[in-house]
Amino acid sequence: MQRLTKAFGGTSGLIQIAVIAAILMIVLPATTEIFRLNLFGKYLTYAFVAVGLVLCWGYGGILSLGQGVFFGLGGYCMAMFLKLEASTPEATKIQTTPGIPDFMDWNQLTELPWFWEPFHSFAFTVFAVVAVPAFFAWLIGYAMFKRRVGGVYFAIITQAIAVILTILIVGQQGYTGGINGITDLRTLLGWDIRTDGAKYVLYYACCIALLLCLLAGKFIINSRFGRLLIAMRDQEDRVRFSGYDVANMKVFVFVMASVFAAIGGAFFTLQVGFMSPTFIGAVASIEMVVFCAVGGRLSVVGAACGAFIVSWAKTSLSDSFPQIWPVVMGALFIGVVMFFPRGLAGLVSDYGSKLMPGRKSRSKPSTHKPDTASRSAAGTTPQEPA
Amino acid sequence: MGDFTAQELTAIFVMQGFSGLSLFCVFLLMALGLAIIFGQMGVINMAHGEFLTLGAYITYLVSYQAAEWGATALTWYFPVAIVAAFIGTFALGYLVERFMIRYLYNRPLDTLLATWGLGLILQQVFRSIFGPREKTVTMPDWLLGSYRATDMIDIPLNGLFILVITLVLTLALFALLYRSRWGIKVRATTQNRGMANAAGINTDRVDRMTFALGCGIAGVAGAAFTTIASTGPTTGSLYIVDTFLVVVFGGAASLLGTVVSAFGIAQSQSILSFFWSGSMAKVFTLLTVVVILMLRPQGLFASKVRR
Repeated sequence: MQRLTKAFGGTSGLIQIAVIAAILMIVLPATTEIFRLNLFGKYLTYAFVAVGLVLCWGYGGILSLGQGVFFGLGGYCMAMFLKLEASTPEATKIQTTPGIPDFMDWNQLTELPWFWEPFHSFAFTVFAVVAVPAFFAWLIGYAMFKRRVGGVYFAIITQAIAVILTILIVGQQGYTGGINGITDLRTLLGWDIRTDGAKYVLYYACCIALLLCLLAGKFIINSRFGRLLIAMRDQEDRVRFSGYDVANMKVFVFVMASVFAAIGGAFFTLQVGFMSPTFIGAVASIEMVVFCAVGGRLSVVGAACGAFIVSWAKTSLSDSFPQIWPVVMGALFIGVVMFFPRGLAGLVSDYGSKLMPGRKSRSKPSTHKPDTASRSAAGTTPQEPA
Repeated sequence: MGDFTAQELTAIFVMQGFSGLSLFCVFLLMALGLAIIFGQMGVINMAHGEFLTLGAYITYLVSYQAAEWGATALTWYFPVAIVAAFIGTFALGYLVERFMIRYLYNRPLDTLLATWGLGLILQQVFRSIFGPREKTVTMPDWLLGSYRATDMIDIPLNGLFILVITLVLTLALFALLYRSRWGIKVRATTQNRGMANAAGINTDRVDRMTFALGCGIAGVAGAAFTTIASTGPTTGSLYIVDTFLVVVFGGAASLLGTVVSAFGIAQSQSILSFFWSGSMAKVFTLLTVVVILMLRPQGLFASKVRR
């Protein structure tokens, strides 16, 4: 039993997750009406991305500015299935070609493109939600990490990929739904996802999946692999010289992060009822990094909370004060990066250890320098801050 | 392609090539500033596009004032606008380095995030001051019209003008980096910071001036930008991802590489967009660059820097 709890970061780690579980599954549903709960469910889907970023960026030292790509791929796979189910010949009989999604008909397509065909099957869709983003992440990661491209270069290239995918989706309107995305989704295997009851079920499913992701994240961080990740982040060459295949470790953690993001994307589509390229682009992707940074890049629970709190603040602030939100967001970002590199989780753990001086603080040393490798890649030499 | 005669095809290539040259100028003007900030200092400035926008807005203000003063002022305001744009963005860059960037030198990924936050704030400030609508400057008479080389080839004068500015600025930067004392200090700092310090170079000061100069060049780029397009709060950020690719593709610390890659990316995008849709041309160009970067991460012109 003790070994089991230790695998997830000890008792305190499990207590954190239990508290989160209680808040998400008991307190929130009991105190909010379904419209708001559905919104909360939407924020939680960003938490999946943030958990992935903790592993990949906080522990692996790989900053990906293209997590929106994987979020979007997962979301689009799910949306394609739902759209096909909504486009039965009976429902679309006013179209020139009945039985294909409405936007294809508007763009003069007369038959379903080949890559849409497999999405008639639910089993394939579930497989694709995980496999398509994982494959792309593997491809990108393998190509880059094997050549020891890292740090800044990786960030710029993943960002470029996010931009490319957005332009592609917007440009190929007939195949993808263009800028509007895939909208008007109705049923999942004949079950109407727009009713209040369905929204409750989907919210709970999303919570459970998120809790599993949190547990998986904790497990990875506290495993031997997690320690290797930290070693790799701080002293990549030493890990390589000790005989570990650094590139493979990076590829693995990047694929892991992309799979988490994709699961989040699929739940996003289910709960919100559409998917569009705005959730893929460079801005959306970098916002996901903000969630993670604000919550705490070294704590899966912190990052999940960060995603939830920041996107909640975004919705409520940008509704009432649309001019202020970008300034708040920018200032938050600068503040977190400059003064609280460990985010909310770092603040909480510092404060907690002050309150209970007897307890040994489990927090990581605050002076970590995650980017030794990328600095040398950028062609500059180390410099201490003045 | 069979529908075109050889003469028409040549005309198309020249005209598309020239519109590619305008895009090349925008890329290069923006990339020059980024290249010295990123290439020489290793700092990623995501707010670089906003510095360009600031330069463009300063030019707009100067032209607005010149229009009040009358026709003579309007004819000759542009040189003043360039200087004003340079001073404004240089000063802002100096302050940003002094109060933000220098605390983050050992964390390049964090400079990326912090400057992105700065960019957001600046965009909102622009929106509050100038409004969300795009602003167009009043152009001096001598920039309007076009030069007709043949019956089918028509080259706009403002395109030629921005080309001249780009060339002058590039040459000036080359001279500054490779032919001046300051350039020696910058290159020494890049190549070996410890030794540069030991040789009596104040590297903190060099960093500050390099960053401010990069921002100042973005301001001049913004001034030049106003002659070919109108300015909105998000104008600069539209080009930031492309520009980063330009810099990385060229090889981070190589100015020559930046010039070549800006030319290649802009031309292929422009010429392809005649035969395909604009979005597919862009997708194809960017994808090619990304694939080449995966195969050759050091970029086209690898610099010989001691790692």
